[in-house]
Amino acid sequence: MQISKDKFQLVGTHLTDAEKISKPSLSFWKDVFVRFKKNKLAIFGLVLLIILIIMAIAGPHMTPYDYATNDLSNKNKAPSSEHWFGTDDLGRDVFTRTWEGARISIFIGVAAALIDLFIGVLWGGISGYKGGRTDEFMMRLADVLYGVPYLLLVILLMVVLGQGLGTMILAMTITGWINMARIVRGQVLSLKSQEYVLAAKTLGASTSRIMAKHLIPNSMAPILVTMTLTIPNAIFTEAFLSYLGLGLTPPLASWGTMANDGLPALRYYPWRLFFPATFICLTIFAFNVVGDGLRDALDPRLRK
Amino acid sequence: MAKCIGKRLLYMLISLWLIITATFFFMRIAPGNPFTSEKKLPPEIEANLNAHFGLDKPWYAQYGDYLLRILKWDFGPSFKYKAQTVNDLISEGFPVSAALGLEAILLAVAFGIILGIIAALKHNKWQDYTAMIVAVLGISVPSFIMATFLQYFLAIKMGIFPVARWESFMHTVLPAIALGSTPMAFIARLTRSSMLEVLSNDYIKTAKAKGLSSGVITVKHAIRNALLPVVTYMGPLTAGILTGSFVIEKIFGIPGLGSHFVTSISNRDYTVIMGVTVFYSILLLLSILLVDIAYGIIDPRIKLAGGKKGE
Repeated sequence: MQISKDKFQLVGTHLTDAEKISKPSLSFWKDVFVRFKKNKLAIFGLVLLIILIIMAIAGPHMTPYDYATNDLSNKNKAPSSEHWFGTDDLGRDVFTRTWEGARISIFIGVAAALIDLFIGVLWGGISGYKGGRTDEFMMRLADVLYGVPYLLLVILLMVVLGQGLGTMILAMTITGWINMARIVRGQVLSLKSQEYVLAAKTLGASTSRIMAKHLIPNSMAPILVTMTLTIPNAIFTEAFLSYLGLGLTPPLASWGTMANDGLPALRYYPWRLFFPATFICLTIFAFNVVGDGLRDALDPRLRK
Repeated sequence: MAKCIGKRLLYMLISLWLIITATFFFMRIAPGNPFTSEKKLPPEIEANLNAHFGLDKPWYAQYGDYLLRILKWDFGPSFKYKAQTVNDLISEGFPVSAALGLEAILLAVAFGIILGIIAALKHNKWQDYTAMIVAVLGISVPSFIMATFLQYFLAIKMGIFPVARWESFMHTVLPAIALGSTPMAFIARLTRSSMLEVLSNDYIKTAKAKGLSSGVITVKHAIRNALLPVVTYMGPLTAGILTGSFVIEKIFGIPGLGSHFVTSISNRDYTVIMGVTVFYSILLLLSILLVDIAYGIIDPRIKLAGGKKGE
């Protein structure tokens, strides 16, 4: 086949052009975001989560009712235009209580995750960075605590310390941080032998600076994933404890206590259980898929 | 191997001692004493009761007694039910809980593995997506909510299964499904991801190149190796089933140890709470140890943590 020469054209070489990066450079987090966006389920979870949070903020103000005020003339009303989710056995509006409960459930989840984060990063960071005897001692201590069955200890603490929001968070975090500590330690162990840490040391950076500027930021990915997956776990634990009658004290409404209140009335007034139970599932679902999506986006190697 | 197990056993004992000590001191600082009730007891009777249960001795003597009794597998009397000891409660309730738990574990393992294998074999096809959505739902719906929904729709509304109680096999179906659904979902995800990893291995290619049928490859080569991570999950699985049974037994009115435990919590029956907690802890720690040992035997590449590699 003959192709005439005039079909070709010399483009010429420009050294500067060849070096040019045509795609805009993406920072790590932008890259993560691009990958995260591709995961439809995770985006769905994120949207769901945002809706849930907005409703938790706005929901209680959308009705003329108060979450704690009894109205005995309106007991156990089915969902209607007046009471969107019906009322409970004391005539309280279930819609208002559901979103009030969303606040508490999400608060418990986030608070537990943040405390776990704080202790875990500190413990795991020090243990991993110091190494040697310190590491051995700190990790053995964590191992022993890790052997203590989580829910049993939480139940025991709730029985002893009495019911309430503070004790519940305390009970959850008393062994909850160990998981985070182990993950941070593993990260720090593998990062601390990297050249840039050595360079920072050579330049005379202090331990706390290396920790805060190099090791922790580079461990952010697994930390973030662990946190997003701690939150649904804490929400689950709260609901579980409330179901056992070890939850918050009335009139505080969490989804767990509402579901527990609704349980005996299941046969006749199913909405009293149905709404809080559904929202427990939705929230746990949302956090789980967002956490999974984050894990895949942050570390594409793990993607299956 | 023996050294590793010994080391593990030691940590286990320390954990256990921690639990026993914690339960003991928790019980002492817990509000109210076991004989607090509506009526005030005459002081002589209260003194007698205290003497009977050894509560008049100093705390270290009580602590020593408690440790010794647990060594002899005696968890003491129930403060609330005069005629019953904690041992009675355990021997009466545990077989029921164990039966329910085993059924749930079997269900979770069987269906989880099947679901995971199907998902991996049909990777990125609709079967995969369906299986994984089922799995995410299973993880997101807590066992007690699953239990209530199953009870409401299948038992109360449709009447397919009995609503509650513990009499025939039909009575066990719903609680076992509720208890097993979350672990099933975890196992399905675990099986799927490890199956996918195994399927991308060279020896699978070799088997294909040899001309083996895909059925033989799946059964003989892939599944055997893919199931290893599932074995590690058996420890947390047991823990989840055990603690999950507290609410499930309460919801379905099953006379197992879990529901005794829940009753003792609302009764503030401290000796029962302590005894059952210690019993459960022993059970859990033992099962985790067994799983670790089993894993070491099944997969010779794995050295138990704290073994030679670390030293």
